[in-house]
Amino acid sequence: MARIIAGVGTSHTPAIGAAVDNGKADQPYWQPLFKGYEPAKRWMADVKPDVVIMVYNDHVNAFDFKMIPTFALGCADEFPIADEGWGPRPVPAVKGYPDLAGHLVESLVLDEFDITIVNEMQVDHGLTVPLTLLFGSPPEWPCRVIPLAVNVVQYPAPTGRRCYHLGQAIRRAVESWEEDLKVVIFGTGGMSHQIQGPRAGLTNPVFDKAFLDDLSRDPERLTRIPPLEYLRDAGAEAIELVMWLLMRGALGPKVEEVYRFYHIPASSTAVGNIILECR
Amino acid sequence: MVGEKPYDDIPGTWIFDARRARAGYHLNQFLYTLMKESNRKAFLADERSYLAGFKLTEAQRAAVLERNWNRLLELGAVVYALAKLAFTDGRSYQFMASQMTGMSEKEYVDMMLAGGHSPEGWRCRSEREKG
Repeated sequence: MARIIAGVGTSHTPAIGAAVDNGKADQPYWQPLFKGYEPAKRWMADVKPDVVIMVYNDHVNAFDFKMIPTFALGCADEFPIADEGWGPRPVPAVKGYPDLAGHLVESLVLDEFDITIVNEMQVDHGLTVPLTLLFGSPPEWPCRVIPLAVNVVQYPAPTGRRCYHLGQAIRRAVESWEEDLKVVIFGTGGMSHQIQGPRAGLTNPVFDKAFLDDLSRDPERLTRIPPLEYLRDAGAEAIELVMWLLMRGALGPKVEEVYRFYHIPASSTAVGNIILECR
Repeated sequence: MVGEKPYDDIPGTWIFDARRARAGYHLNQFLYTLMKESNRKAFLADERSYLAGFKLTEAQRAAVLERNWNRLLELGAVVYALAKLAFTDGRSYQFMASQMTGMSEKEYVDMMLAGGHSPEGWRCRSEREKG
């Protein structure tokens, strides 16, 4: 049986990828951030998952404005790296797992989650920066990746509660797959940040700490945070945190927090990283 | 724009919702084309004639030429698409964000290194006006 054994929450700030790609990771600005991710990287090297389900959002790279799917699951063999405006990141293409992805789609739709099926798409920093942070810079990514893109480009993003329930359905779907597989699910984006308008640069460490605490203590409370509260209190782009709730929903009722790191800034973002193991 | 939304009173913020998506459709589709190197070159070589290929309003066209970032947000650009214009100019995201706040890039970077700014005084217009 396939099993989701743990979840990783992490920011996916594009400047983090650029720092690695341009050899700036050792500079004083970036060094504390990469040092903070070292334990998470070691954890990942020990766990060696067979499959990662990557919950992320596309930033107008895979999808233009003709179509904006709320939940889109990547079912391709391979996902090329997008050119977001400064050339594609020099990282390996992402290998998918079409058999399992197809099973997830069937299971989720029959479980009443109406997923958009994507057979061809490029992936952007939302997906590749978390891979870089947790796996480093190998010549090939060490596991297969199933992308789950969540709309946060056009308001409203799906609610935290809906995401949490979809996570629960993903857990059921994975457990109904016969092959023995170790699966780790990522929730990416956030934490508090705003990258637009005169209010850009807003952060809210109090909000973020409570969010990190309650991922293990009281995730139900987090599912009741209304969209407006994210926008107002944690910044217009903090709504990405609903993707962390999708990850959390997929872990089952009991989790243990095994690692946490929090750092300001990466560009305009308050960066968070958490590892939750299923118990 | 028709109909006040509860998030319209967040100061210094334009939420990209259905109203802005309609107003900004052609503007955002133009920005999306900047994902291709050949398009970035063609745009920089002759901005006005490149823009003539898209159904932008006069105000949108002027704001693109002026790189008036906040005005573009107001006229329906979504920030992720707008970033492609900054990258086409060889600028960083941080540069664009600093211009949106009216700071120099250095002031903005220093503000972020000091922890960014708190939501206090920035949650809603009435709070902002009280100072």
